[in-house]
Amino acid sequence: MRAWFTALVLGITLAGAAHAAIDTYQFRDQAERERYQRLTKELRCPKCQNQDIADSNAPIAADLRREIFRMLGEGKDNQQIVDFMVDRYGDFVRYKPALTSRTWLLWFGPGLLLAGGLVVMAVIVRRRRGATSGAAEHLSPAERERLAHLLKKDHPHD
Amino acid sequence: MKRWMMVLPLAVFLLLAVFLYKGLFLKPDELPSAMIGKPFPSFSLQSVQGERTLTERDLLGKPALVNVWGTWCPSCKVEHPYLNQLAEQGVVIHGINYKDDNPAALKWLAEFHNPYQLNIDDAQGTLGLDLGVYGAPETFLVDAKGVIRYKHVGVVDATVWREQLAPRYQSLLDEARP
Repeated sequence: MRAWFTALVLGITLAGAAHAAIDTYQFRDQAERERYQRLTKELRCPKCQNQDIADSNAPIAADLRREIFRMLGEGKDNQQIVDFMVDRYGDFVRYKPALTSRTWLLWFGPGLLLAGGLVVMAVIVRRRRGATSGAAEHLSPAERERLAHLLKKDHPHD
Repeated sequence: MKRWMMVLPLAVFLLLAVFLYKGLFLKPDELPSAMIGKPFPSFSLQSVQGERTLTERDLLGKPALVNVWGTWCPSCKVEHPYLNQLAEQGVVIHGINYKDDNPAALKWLAEFHNPYQLNIDDAQGTLGLDLGVYGAPETFLVDAKGVIRYKHVGVVDATVWREQLAPRYQSLLDEARP
């Protein structure tokens, strides 16, 4: 009975260890852990394209996570690690693209569209306001009379 | 309202339609390689047959296809007969056995014929990582000076060879000729 119990406990602990070994890294401190988490969230998995490498189960994502952990251990800074990935997989792997001549439209396009929309809206509002107030003021007495007549005629059953 | 303003919505619609139509034929899963125009990364790995150590200098001299393959990759099996055919025609093909089990790779080569002149055993995937490999099969076109000139992701078949690889391979051969 005792032997069975020991075997059971041993089995459970070993199973736990084997499971944890899949993707567990020992970081030196909390800061390094946070950098690892930020980097794996900022880099995109080349295989499963709508996932970051922290999120992806693809083997390539696991390889990239291991590389990032290795480079953190070597004391490389974030920029060096991102450059390492971009050198191999291109700008594509960055969820936060660098500001270059090719990406400025991506960065500022939405802002430009919003500004453009606001300008168009302001022009329309101003023009319409000018049109309505102007029209009401410039009716001659004869026109006013005709307008009143027409409005009355519109509802003959009132 | 001015007359030209009336065609503005139509113009915007047509512009959008052109972009969306183009988008239908884009292949977002094929990334442009960051390695084009760069020298083949340096490496020092065993050959699949295990008889010698290979380095990037072994790739110099002749333009070649460098094919990333693995026995775990179903599409590699699909393209393998076509690679055999190309090798018979005299095309230089080298292999990178990517993250594979060596005995399984040897068995595969014995069973399905070996089109590769050199075959690099990249069991850890380190060379694959330096090449920006994200899935097999991938085929690089390397010139005689060892510079990567083109990359095709996916199966190499007659159409891909005829339309994408053959013209480029031929121009590299012409380039290498003195």
